[in-house]
Amino acid sequence: MSDRTVRWVLKPLVFLAALVPLAWLVWAALTNNLSANPLEDITHETGIWALRFLCATLAMTPLRRLTGWNAIIRFRRMSGLFAFFYGVLHFLIYVIADRFAGLDFPGGDVTWSTVVTWQTLRKLMHAIGDDIYKRPYITVGFTALMLMVPLALTSTAGMIRRLGGKRWNQLHRLVYVSATLGVVHYWWLVKADVRRPLAYAIVVGALLLFRIWWFRMHAPVTWKKSPDPVRPSV
Amino acid sequence: MLIKPASDIRSSEITDKKLYLNRREFLRATSATAATAAVAATGVLGACALLEAKGAPHGRKLPNIKKGFALNVGDKLNAWEDITSYNNYYEFGTDKSDPAEYAKNFKTEPWKVTVEGECAKKGVMDLEDVLKGETLEERVYRHRCVEAWSMIIPWVGFPLANFIKRCEPTSKAKYVEFYTLYDPKQMPGTRVPVLRWPYVEGLRMDEALHPLTLLVAGLYDEVLPSQDGAPLRLAIPWKYGFKHIKSIVKVRFVERQPLNSWQQQAPDEYGFYANVNPGVDHPRWSQSNERRIGEFLRRRTLMFNGYGDQVASLYTGLDLRKNY
Repeated sequence: MSDRTVRWVLKPLVFLAALVPLAWLVWAALTNNLSANPLEDITHETGIWALRFLCATLAMTPLRRLTGWNAIIRFRRMSGLFAFFYGVLHFLIYVIADRFAGLDFPGGDVTWSTVVTWQTLRKLMHAIGDDIYKRPYITVGFTALMLMVPLALTSTAGMIRRLGGKRWNQLHRLVYVSATLGVVHYWWLVKADVRRPLAYAIVVGALLLFRIWWFRMHAPVTWKKSPDPVRPSV
Repeated sequence: MLIKPASDIRSSEITDKKLYLNRREFLRATSATAATAAVAATGVLGACALLEAKGAPHGRKLPNIKKGFALNVGDKLNAWEDITSYNNYYEFGTDKSDPAEYAKNFKTEPWKVTVEGECAKKGVMDLEDVLKGETLEERVYRHRCVEAWSMIIPWVGFPLANFIKRCEPTSKAKYVEFYTLYDPKQMPGTRVPVLRWPYVEGLRMDEALHPLTLLVAGLYDEVLPSQDGAPLRLAIPWKYGFKHIKSIVKVRFVERQPLNSWQQQAPDEYGFYANVNPGVDHPRWSQSNERRIGEFLRRRTLMFNGYGDQVASLYTGLDLRKNY
């Protein structure tokens, strides 16, 4: 596949495809095609898509190694950024539908002038902080998202250059932690039926194990001490 | 025990006028056309008409429903569509939309209820006999799920106490245990061990005999839809929804406190009592407020779901923090 096809055809197509879940959600919300609790649906769906894109991102390197299809790596950044995008949406919807909607407005008086105030913002920040502190599954989910912030910020070519490939690679291993915490977050919030979080745990687990396996197979053997160390002459 | 009406709600404020008029219009229309409606209108009670009356907007109309319950909630009712499309009924799957989808062909006729344990009238009863002689009444209850959402639901049923008295429990009967049907052929959710099947729930005898505890056979004047627990379920409005056991096939009077399914599944999260209590959080989430289905701003959750005047005395001296 030529560089131009990837750049001008495939990438825009993948970009549009990655927006389909969001478009579907907006369409379903506007046409009453969600459940009786649409805010919950939107919260769950955006979270699930963040997790799916994380899995896709983590799958790029193993796929390249196994198939030798190197061009796929050019979609890794986009996929990672979409994971972050859906994660941020997920968080914002939680902030609005769960935290903001759960605030106490004195006397139940909800108008622009009573709601859009500094006090509301203070109460909202407190309500968010309180939840992150108190509820382990929120703590974990919030951490997963926060760990993605530096990765999103350093995703540009310029930042890669500035950091240097090695350091950039080390930093971006944070995505392993993020994906793991994302699965834990999901697991901890279901009531009894853990089949779906289990499926994500298996996928993320397999993708991480692949890396360990690959490293063991291909890394230069450095841990065996030779009996007679050869000192390099200066 | 007397039910004390809450002082701030007048009964005249309660029935939604539009609904009321619709109901009348509907009755007029059907009685003009259908002989079945005539049967319903002449006052054949419960079971017989339950099988005969047809032609309600979604299913079958129930006849002669007593209206004007003193404690009906004044809030806007949730729509039929909300109540029948957003269900927790794990026997049909764990997604909220699963029950509506997979309970479509659920067979509720014939239906038998086994009565056993510490009582004089043991045996197997037909559903018709359970309903026989009972006046069905409408009760608009708050319904609060342990997942922090709520609805306002116009149940149709009769006090569980009436049924219990007919079973003549002995002095050894301290608790009542209920079982949901377990039929993997009809209930795809039970092929997965998400909970221990069959679903079990239980009430202390005084809770079971409380006049607010309702044995439900209908919704919005119609026969209860399968996804809501047809043909027979409980509504215990001061308790979280998982106590309101659905599709009851067995009632057992026992001396010891039953182990209900959710307590068995996660005893640190779900207890036996499961009284709605904004002061005692679920270990993983807050119970202080709730999303009323159809609303954006969340509501403060009320102690005993707003039925404290009626039921708080059942729990005097009980540590509700430990007995969640």
